[in-house]
Amino acid sequence: MNSGIRFDAVSVAYGGNVVLDSLDLTVEPGEVMALLGPSGSGKTTALRAVAGFVRPVSGRVFLGGRDVTELPPYRRGIGMVVQQYALFPHLKVAENVAFGLKAQKAVPRAEIPGRVAEALDMTGMAAYAGRYPRELSGGQQQRVAIARALAIRPSVLLLDEPLSALDAQLRSGMLAELARLHRELPDVSMLYVTHDQVEALTLADRIAVMDKARLQDCGTPQELYRRPRNEFTASFVGNANLLPVEVRTGGGVRFGEAVLKVDTGDAAAGSAATLCVRPHLVGLGEGPNALRGTIREVQWRGSTHRLYVEVDGRPVKADVRELRETPVLGAPVTLHFASQDAVLLGAGVGSGG
Amino acid sequence: MPSTGADPKAVPTELESGSAGTDRATSQAGTVAAPGRGFSGQGPRPRGVPAWVWALPPVAVLALVFLYPLALVVQQSFTTDSGDVSLAPYGDVFASEAFRSALGTTVWLALGATAGCLVLGFALALVIAFVPFPGGKAVAKFIDVFLSFPSFLITLALLFVYGSVGMANGMWTGVTGASEGPFDFLTTPWGVLLAEITYFTPFVMRPLLAAFSQIDTSQLEVASSLGARTGRIVRQVILPEALPALAAGGSLVLVLCLNEFGIVLFTGAKGVTTLPMLVYSKAILESDYPAACVVAVVNVAISVGLYGIYRVVSRRAGA
Repeated sequence: MNSGIRFDAVSVAYGGNVVLDSLDLTVEPGEVMALLGPSGSGKTTALRAVAGFVRPVSGRVFLGGRDVTELPPYRRGIGMVVQQYALFPHLKVAENVAFGLKAQKAVPRAEIPGRVAEALDMTGMAAYAGRYPRELSGGQQQRVAIARALAIRPSVLLLDEPLSALDAQLRSGMLAELARLHRELPDVSMLYVTHDQVEALTLADRIAVMDKARLQDCGTPQELYRRPRNEFTASFVGNANLLPVEVRTGGGVRFGEAVLKVDTGDAAAGSAATLCVRPHLVGLGEGPNALRGTIREVQWRGSTHRLYVEVDGRPVKADVRELRETPVLGAPVTLHFASQDAVLLGAGVGSGG
Repeated sequence: MPSTGADPKAVPTELESGSAGTDRATSQAGTVAAPGRGFSGQGPRPRGVPAWVWALPPVAVLALVFLYPLALVVQQSFTTDSGDVSLAPYGDVFASEAFRSALGTTVWLALGATAGCLVLGFALALVIAFVPFPGGKAVAKFIDVFLSFPSFLITLALLFVYGSVGMANGMWTGVTGASEGPFDFLTTPWGVLLAEITYFTPFVMRPLLAAFSQIDTSQLEVASSLGARTGRIVRQVILPEALPALAAGGSLVLVLCLNEFGIVLFTGAKGVTTLPMLVYSKAILESDYPAACVVAVVNVAISVGLYGIYRVVSRRAGA
């Protein structure tokens, strides 16, 4: 079965207000694609365009190679899980899960109980089939919602901030659960909308970073984390020091007084650029690419210390392994980082269109 | 507690002022107020006046303007013309053909109007709540205003449209040259039914719109993505969540229709006699007060009984 989702220049506007601007994106069959971005970035709109709840003003949406742009939601055969569960309160758990099977009429009536049990088994909720949603905890309700979406055996599963309503501990448990479901259902394409970078990094095969109604960047979590293409991606996927630098003739960049040896690629000498260095890759003490500054703020985070160091009037963050002695505020300090840990972001690219 | 001693003193003074009207009011206020004394002795009293004292004025007013007349009506219904207390008025009234037919007419009109209001109100509320159209908000607001209209206004409007010299018949006679138009249903029970449905439908829509606004739209979206079409979503998602509101609106309309007087009077339907009309004709036209009071008591009993059933049902439904 050929599943997968393809956005072909999809634009959505509400009353002249463009909320999704010409999105081109392909989710491969069996792939988990995270749509990551702040609120108002257009990520939920993209998901709603796939589900059929919003009609694009231009562009096409394809499911498994079929153009579904004109199809109503009930003919798309999509599983959907939303933040607030949206279980039907007057139906028991088993009836909730059976809802899609009865509505689609694709399954003979006699087979429905078996399919319901299978879906509930998959999410570990088989013991609660006779309960009402109000008798379940938030995490249990979300499992039922997932079972309900999976019962119709969709080729595409849409997840709209599915873990945002859960507390932190439940969330990490559900993340593992979703990863397991993904392994057990290798044919199902998932579009996972979230504003939480940890969820995206953990679960997704690829991440599409969205901001201001546009796709900013798309790649595997490793690519986006290690080689972000612009400032927005660098700061939204993981933490980042973004240092304004000037490209020197003959390689390297200049940051204030310091000369840093980093790969400048084909950046033109003399142009302004941004250097991205992850805080946890910044070391304390002398070394290559040394930055001298003053400690302005220290946060103890248990296993690490977060140092805010002022270098040449700019704050530089460093996450270092827990120090035996907490550094004194105002003390001079030297930081360093390895050349291969820094990424030069092109000038102009980072403004985030 | 020093203030406890003040209570007995407070009771008589309050009762005296509250009982200026009648003996009944006094005894009513006295019995209701009595249990309050126990509470006020224990709880904190920041203002120095027992809490139950504040309940006395409203109870006294209620007794004076409502309970006392009601009691008089009940008393009258058990009194014959000669002044004896007996069940004879009930026997006479129940035996009369006029009462039986009025009871039947009242009940079927009320049930019919309620059913019509539920169906029409549910459909209209669905459209207003879930189908976005320009002016939808204004329509919802208008429904609130509609509730404040007097009932005879609707009947008058219908008279203008469908009455014997109304617009519809006028157009018919103008076009065909006939001496009479085809619309003469307004003076039949169907005219009353139409007027009651027209007037009372907003009473069903108001609670329904409130209930619909509570429904999580993501439930509807998930249902449609699971393959449910509009009909199934209405039946299996919206309707179950609207049932308490339907029960509330429906029982309200049922009670109001049972007691409706203005609409029936204004349609001028002479053959349509409902219980309130019967009370009116017995009391005002025939001066047969015992019979009028019997009919009134029956009408009240039906209304209160229905309300009781509604409370039991709605509590069992978890509303």
